[in-house]
Amino acid sequence: MAATFEKARSTATAESGKNILEVGRLTMHFPLTQGIIFQRQVGAVHAVDGIDFFVEKGETLGLVGESGCGKSTTGRAILQLYKPTAGSVKFEGTELTTLGGEQMRRMRRKMQMIFQDPYASLNPRMTVGNIIGEPLEVHDLARGREKVERVQELLKVVGLNPYFTNRYPHEFSGGQRQRIGVARALAVEPEFIVADEPISALDVSIQAQIINLLEELQSKFRLTYLFIAHDLSVVRHISDRVAVMYLGKIVELADRQELYEQPLHPYTQALLSAVPIPDPAVESKRKRIILTGDVPSPVNPPTGCRFHTRCWKAQAICSEADPEFIEHTPRHWAACHFPG
Amino acid sequence: MPLLEVRDLHTQFHTRDGVVRAVDGVTFELSAGETLGLVGESGCGKSVTALSLMRLIPQPPGKIAQGEIVFDGQDVLKMDDDDVRGIRGNNIAMIFQDPMTSLNPVLTISRQISEALELHLKMDRSEARKRTVELLELVGIPSAKKRLDDYPHQFSGGMRQRVMIAMALSCNPKLILADEPTTALDVTIQAQILDLLRNLAREFRTAFILITHDLGVVAGMTQRIHVMYAGRIVEKADTAELFANPKMPYTWGLLRSIPRLDERRKEKLVPIEGLPPDLISLPPGCKFEPRCQYRRDVCREREPELASVPNAKPDHEARCWGTQGVPGGGWLIDTDWRREIGSTEVLEEIKQEVAQVPGEAAQTTTADLPPSVTQKEGM
Repeated sequence: MAATFEKARSTATAESGKNILEVGRLTMHFPLTQGIIFQRQVGAVHAVDGIDFFVEKGETLGLVGESGCGKSTTGRAILQLYKPTAGSVKFEGTELTTLGGEQMRRMRRKMQMIFQDPYASLNPRMTVGNIIGEPLEVHDLARGREKVERVQELLKVVGLNPYFTNRYPHEFSGGQRQRIGVARALAVEPEFIVADEPISALDVSIQAQIINLLEELQSKFRLTYLFIAHDLSVVRHISDRVAVMYLGKIVELADRQELYEQPLHPYTQALLSAVPIPDPAVESKRKRIILTGDVPSPVNPPTGCRFHTRCWKAQAICSEADPEFIEHTPRHWAACHFPG
Repeated sequence: MPLLEVRDLHTQFHTRDGVVRAVDGVTFELSAGETLGLVGESGCGKSVTALSLMRLIPQPPGKIAQGEIVFDGQDVLKMDDDDVRGIRGNNIAMIFQDPMTSLNPVLTISRQISEALELHLKMDRSEARKRTVELLELVGIPSAKKRLDDYPHQFSGGMRQRVMIAMALSCNPKLILADEPTTALDVTIQAQILDLLRNLAREFRTAFILITHDLGVVAGMTQRIHVMYAGRIVEKADTAELFANPKMPYTWGLLRSIPRLDERRKEKLVPIEGLPPDLISLPPGCKFEPRCQYRRDVCREREPELASVPNAKPDHEARCWGTQGVPGGGWLIDTDWRREIGSTEVLEEIKQEVAQVPGEAAQTTTADLPPSVTQKEGM
């Protein structure tokens, strides 16, 4: 029997300090309340429900899943933008969930976020110079002339004209705004960046520009990415390892090539077969697995394996026991009673 | 005779900043039962083309300035409003992108579908209700009879899109316009809806115009593809030919810039540099010239026609001086688009332009910002 994930994780940590981030049993429930004065909790949205994974230094871990599977919540809970309900998040050995406000603020210098919507994530009343310069001031990295120079340098790094520091976000196109968002994240020289759907709001021809920019920056500044996306082709392109989420759980995690060529979990198989390929010759020959039904509600997730309501392999055990997340082959974890 | 003929269609929007030429001379035709893909990025005019076909352009600010739309022998643009209403939903139906906002939230599903049946097919209430159940079953809504009196919010996104499709099919239209029908949906739900559309197109022999930005979606769904850029068609070909032998640098750029799920190894993506065009002040020459790394002087001076290209199928047309066998053109006829990505110098020029704010003239460079302003900002 393969080693459980917990065990593998501790050995991986022991052999070297190469994991920049370790997430253990991370759980994020949002309460549903009723009543006007006395807000009784009547239930909870199980957005993330006990997930384990680690991120190695310098790699890109792709996190894919459909909308509502908890991938964005995971990213935010890691950065403590949400206070996790339970579980641990260790960044370079430091437990983040118990840190106080000031200590956490200092940690944020090392971990930044790029948001999905470049129209909503930049303050329309701030100039580009102030948007990018604010983190420099907050973390006391540069002031005055030095700050201006640093902002101009950052603009150049992300491929924008350095002399536009006094422009406002509305003067820029979507792709350019996303570059501003990237520059803001880079301002504090972070080690780890959570990129939450950084390209899905952009046009096809602009997406590749941003992907290439992220890749260039990664090798230039030795960044580690957690890349959250729903587009499997993009994730395949940019990631070293890929984790697949379904309804608050990671169902499969493996090296990129392994995951795309030997998917073990039926959900991963269905996802991969559902992605259209821009080639009519390939499309006409492909076998598709069409899943029936919709994703169940995370308020009342199904018992046992959460995928059993849509799974074509489901047996009695699947609705009774939650499959363990185990390492089936080296570095390939899956949570399924009937993998393969 | 083709089912639909669009000739030299111009649709414009009059805004405070100037006239937006959203569709600027689009010509195409469609036979009965054919599936056509209109592909392009946001702002290329693909949705406006579809709305123009149904005369759904809001006026003002919009206006169909010029052109002919001949559907089934009649010019849609010359009809009075009553006649157009007789065609909408009856002969031409539309599936919109966002099933969340395109259904009326205060009407039940059965009310919304049977409205068209009662209006166009003159059915009475109970007849229409019976037909509605059949339609909902056809598009795969489980226990359709029980869900008739549900409201749109009680359906999930994929189910709402099925309701939209049922509505589009209700009067057996000859043509269905599907505008990004799966863009708002998740991958597994997208696969369900595409599968459904594919089967329906086969079964009913309805003509489809599928509008999308996703080349993957059109690859498996259509017989012919028209690629649009800046309000015009820049390449026309049948689907297999377009993917095997594309002839327009913009199409090359689109194909190169998307990562494929079945790509062999990690290769660097080749993006289309530059920014999408500003439809108010378009360049006089080829509209793609500002972003094209294969450009020559002729491209800036005169706009090429959509014309057939040498060493391609006869009905394959492209709007590019480089791939047309005309005097002064034709330098891209033998180019292998997968290997030769054009001049790196031109590429650098375009990248420099990206660094500018849109609408900013090229002369704005270092002199743009007096140092005092910069310093004040740093305080």
